[in-house]
Amino acid sequence: MGKLTLITFLPVVGAAIIAFLPRDNHKLVRWTALLTTAIVLVIALSLYPQFDKSMIGINDVNSFQFVEKASWIPAFHINYFVGIDGLSFPMILLTALLCFLCIPASWGIKKGVKGYHSMFLLLETGMMGTFVSLDFFLFYVFWEIMLLPMYFLIGIWGGPRRIYAAIKFFIYTLIGSVLMLIVILVLYFNVRDPVTGAHTFNMLHMMNQANHGGILSLSTVRILLWFGLYIGFAIKVPVFPFHTWLPDAHVEAPTAISVILAGVLLKMGTYGLLRISYPMLSDATRTFAWFLALMGMINIIYGAFCAMAQKDLKKLVAYSSISHMGYVMLGMSSLTSAGMNGAVFQMFNHGTITAMLFLLVGVIYDRAHHRQIDGFGGLANVMPRYLGIFSFAFFASLGLPGLSGFISEVMVFVGAFPVWRTLTIISIFGIIITAAYHLWTLQRIFFGATNPKYENLPDINGRELFTLVPLAAVVLSLGIWPHPITDLMNSSLTFLGHLVQGTLPL
Amino acid sequence: MFGLVTYILLAQLAAFAIVIFFGKRLPRGGDWVSLLAIWSSLAAALYLFATQMLANYDPHYFQGFTFDWLSWGDYRLTIGYAVDNMAIMMLVVVTLVSAVVFLFSVGYMKGDPKYSRFFAFLSLFAFSMLGVVLADNLLVIFVFWELVGLTSYLLIGFWHEKDSAADAGKKAFIVNRIGDAGMLIGILFVFTTLGTLNLHEISEGVAAGRLSGVMLTITGICLFCGAIGKSAQFPLHVWLPDAMEGPTPVSALIHAATMVAAGVYLTARLFVILTFDASLVIAYVGGFTALFAATIAVAQYDIKRVLAYSTLSQLGYMVMALGSGAYMAGFFHLVTHAMFKACLFLGSGSVIYAMHHALHHIHSDADPQDMRNMGGLKKHQPLTFWTFLIATVALSGVPLTSGFLSKDAILGGTLAFAMQHPKHWLLPVFGFSAAALTAFYMFRLIYLTFTGTFRPGKEAEAELHESPWVMTLPLVVLATLSIFIFYTLPNFNPASPRGGWFATLFPDPPRAYESTMVHSAGLEGHEAEASVHGRAGAEGGTAHALDEPAPPDIDRRAVETPIVHEEQSPETHEALHDVHHRAHSTAMLISIFAAGLGILIATMGYLWATLNPATWQRRLGVLYRGMFHKWWFDEIYGATAVKGTLLLSTILGWFDLYIVDGIVNGAAWLGRVFAFIEGWFDLYIVDGLVNLTAWFVGIWGRIVRLFQGGQLQRYILYTLVVIGIFIVLKVV
Repeated sequence: MGKLTLITFLPVVGAAIIAFLPRDNHKLVRWTALLTTAIVLVIALSLYPQFDKSMIGINDVNSFQFVEKASWIPAFHINYFVGIDGLSFPMILLTALLCFLCIPASWGIKKGVKGYHSMFLLLETGMMGTFVSLDFFLFYVFWEIMLLPMYFLIGIWGGPRRIYAAIKFFIYTLIGSVLMLIVILVLYFNVRDPVTGAHTFNMLHMMNQANHGGILSLSTVRILLWFGLYIGFAIKVPVFPFHTWLPDAHVEAPTAISVILAGVLLKMGTYGLLRISYPMLSDATRTFAWFLALMGMINIIYGAFCAMAQKDLKKLVAYSSISHMGYVMLGMSSLTSAGMNGAVFQMFNHGTITAMLFLLVGVIYDRAHHRQIDGFGGLANVMPRYLGIFSFAFFASLGLPGLSGFISEVMVFVGAFPVWRTLTIISIFGIIITAAYHLWTLQRIFFGATNPKYENLPDINGRELFTLVPLAAVVLSLGIWPHPITDLMNSSLTFLGHLVQGTLPL
Repeated sequence: MFGLVTYILLAQLAAFAIVIFFGKRLPRGGDWVSLLAIWSSLAAALYLFATQMLANYDPHYFQGFTFDWLSWGDYRLTIGYAVDNMAIMMLVVVTLVSAVVFLFSVGYMKGDPKYSRFFAFLSLFAFSMLGVVLADNLLVIFVFWELVGLTSYLLIGFWHEKDSAADAGKKAFIVNRIGDAGMLIGILFVFTTLGTLNLHEISEGVAAGRLSGVMLTITGICLFCGAIGKSAQFPLHVWLPDAMEGPTPVSALIHAATMVAAGVYLTARLFVILTFDASLVIAYVGGFTALFAATIAVAQYDIKRVLAYSTLSQLGYMVMALGSGAYMAGFFHLVTHAMFKACLFLGSGSVIYAMHHALHHIHSDADPQDMRNMGGLKKHQPLTFWTFLIATVALSGVPLTSGFLSKDAILGGTLAFAMQHPKHWLLPVFGFSAAALTAFYMFRLIYLTFTGTFRPGKEAEAELHESPWVMTLPLVVLATLSIFIFYTLPNFNPASPRGGWFATLFPDPPRAYESTMVHSAGLEGHEAEASVHGRAGAEGGTAHALDEPAPPDIDRRAVETPIVHEEQSPETHEALHDVHHRAHSTAMLISIFAAGLGILIATMGYLWATLNPATWQRRLGVLYRGMFHKWWFDEIYGATAVKGTLLLSTILGWFDLYIVDGIVNGAAWLGRVFAFIEGWFDLYIVDGLVNLTAWFVGIWGRIVRLFQGGQLQRYILYTLVVIGIFIVLKVV
């Protein structure tokens, strides 16, 4: 059994074990979950030294790494086909890290501990599976597997409006899934395996235009398919105007689930665009790259302004995610090497930074039992350590140089500027708004006279620091020396940019 | 040598890390860690100054060291150190001012609950500032540039329990970000056209004409936006006066001597690539700021605010100098100003420290920074007074001081520029009027603070003391360095820096547009027209270039060289020299006169009382109120930019909640309505039909059942009735 299979299915094994544990032994359940995610993290990290950074992947099976392939449903040519390249590997690392840190962050869950942790582990399987799949059917299955535990995690362990939020999330995402399913079927029936001549779900075959036949030769069809996929993925990112499920889902979801939602699930959208839309429908991508850039710009500016208007801290962080995912869109729309690398690096960095932010919101919510920004005030002298790490995360989020978010934003700008000059310039003005709402929030929570209601709030504790410090270390070290991650993806993404642009050196 | 440079840089970072994490557990809050780092770095910087800069005595001295940092595709972005005379000079200035300010802080911040953190932040600041100075690359400059902004934010808001301090910190960061956004756009322009961000390669690329014309002008102005923010030039000047909310040592170090000079430093670094139009924009921004800020300083009563507006004004001078081509003068003023302005701020800190104690003693909640509460401090704080006076004299541009040399160089340079380009006569007017105002407000400050009687009364006066040595020693050091001799050696000429080490090591470099001047002698007709358009700076230049699609190189000259009315021949060169010479001697006379006038009026108003300030304030009417209210810029920005942004965010937030999400919820609602209608239809129509059928059958059955009672007699009766009817019908 290969390592990718292990990291994909170990969590579900852990979930099964938890199902047999005694109901009242919360400690045992938690440690089992922690151990499972720890093993997954260790295996994911053990891939790192073996991973060949020069291998491209993307559309060539031979340069994918850790490939496993087995026939699954032969009647429909469906395979169990997994492998990773420079696009998916950073996402695997991110997922493994965040899942591991989310277990201690869920220590405060008291209700249905068994159910919570099994659902969480099932979710991890879904996420890992989505990132490693190279068979479109398999990809879809994992994509749907993610949906179910997420629905229950929000709907059962969420806040007061959890049912509304869970249903909204579920139905919204399902609409996207349906569109994706239609596209998958159209592709399946119009792409042929070059060897056997049969229909195929193999993504790599779908990427090769020579295998396209039938109605895929009509450019209208290709554009329709592209937009079908776009809507499916845009809902996940989420891109304006499909974003309103996100603030609701975040506000209601428990802390750890918000972390996963913002840290990993949002990346599924942009990952899908890069993994599927870009290489499979590269001509349509090229035609509508301007559209992606425009939507990226709108996300950046619109998300920032909306964030500024929020009164709920968690909602503010949710909108800041929308704004930050705009950088990903802008970068990838440029198709340049800097832009593509910047986009995926931004996906990674946003994952770590926003995870910190949601964890920090959880810390204060656990103490004050509310999240109204104006309801605090003067916490600086009450919780100095909390202030320290909170400011660190906030400055990382507003793109302070020396921290990882800055590098990816600069790479995005450098890549996008020569291609979409006006849109990039408008986006750059977003950094002013971003600074404004971050600092304003910081001031309202921490500065000024101490709110007598919260004079005795305990400072951040060891367990909470345990979840935050590793992320802070990653954010800081990648901000100074980004190569550990950027080197992983450079060859793959540079190639992908050329592939879509049609400027591959032959 | 690079080991030493690395030490200077990283010692501060290490000190920051140690003090922030372990400061509370260290004796004395770890202040000695920061002090050790900065004083040893000062020694190292002085060593470099002596062994590299003075020993080589070469204006073109340069040592570089680069390594790869970022990469994408096949591109490698290299970064590294650029150690030249300017960098070494800045190293000395930054470490020197930092060292004395750190020492001063030991006294000033004594007893503060966050004493340890203060030193951590100071060290972080020194690290970032030294990074700006040493970077050889625009992106790295930008990185440290923003880090400097961060430390400035942290230190302005150091006493964040006060809302005003927290507000000021936030304002400083956001206003700076506006400038930084422009700077980032400039960096992107440079990178996309030249493919490099290395300063040296940029000037080479520009010299080779790979970035030129309108694009170069726009690029220059965009990059200058960063300087506008950091050096608090009009119209982004509003953050600096508020930044005085920070502890006074911070004001001295960051908001007077070093960080705010970073904008000037950047402009000096970019000097060689500035086009004529970009330079004009820069000169006017600087000149206007110099005068505009001076007018405000005249009417302020908070001792630190007067100094803050004075800093704005002096930074304006430096910027104006660079814009009008006086490179040496601008950088020279940066160095001299750093010394005497830091001295002034620390002196005000010493005063505030004493005032605070005295007012505290009488339980007065009067403002210890308001000069109306001071007076007669001279006899209680003699050392503070004398050092303050020396620095004031230097700032006012009185001969025998460093300030006289540098200010005179600027005014001379500006005047020479205006003599060559008579259209720009406004620039020297800005300069000279600001000089007169400077002398006036500084002496007003001296008289209000140090002379007369102590206004809060005798009881408080008894509590006034001179500050401890850790605070006065820095004053003495800085005041000493405000004397001309340190800048003119090996000469002893108090009238001109010419021939001294500073002027020799920092000659005005040729600029991109000047080097093309030589070739363009034959394009006079073209230039005459260009100069008409060129006046308005970037916009004019853009419009001109768009009107006239010329080949790139001609276009470039057209836009950049409205200068060339004179022929470019050896004689002209001579003439140019002559212009400079005449300008300098004229400027010297006017500036001495201006300073004297300012001092005289201040003395008449505030010492001899031959002029009544209150009467004059009334007579000036709206002019005075404008000066007093800082020309209402805070109010204007508050009502437009701040309110506008907040309003837009509220509108978009509303739009998002009620329109975008409203549509989503509306769709869901429609779905439910549809489901309800369908449910109703199903229940009452579809199922209704089913039930109707059943009902109908039932009814029918019931009707039929009426006739089928199972009683034989009835059946016989029905039969008879039917037969009867039949017979009747048949018969009829």
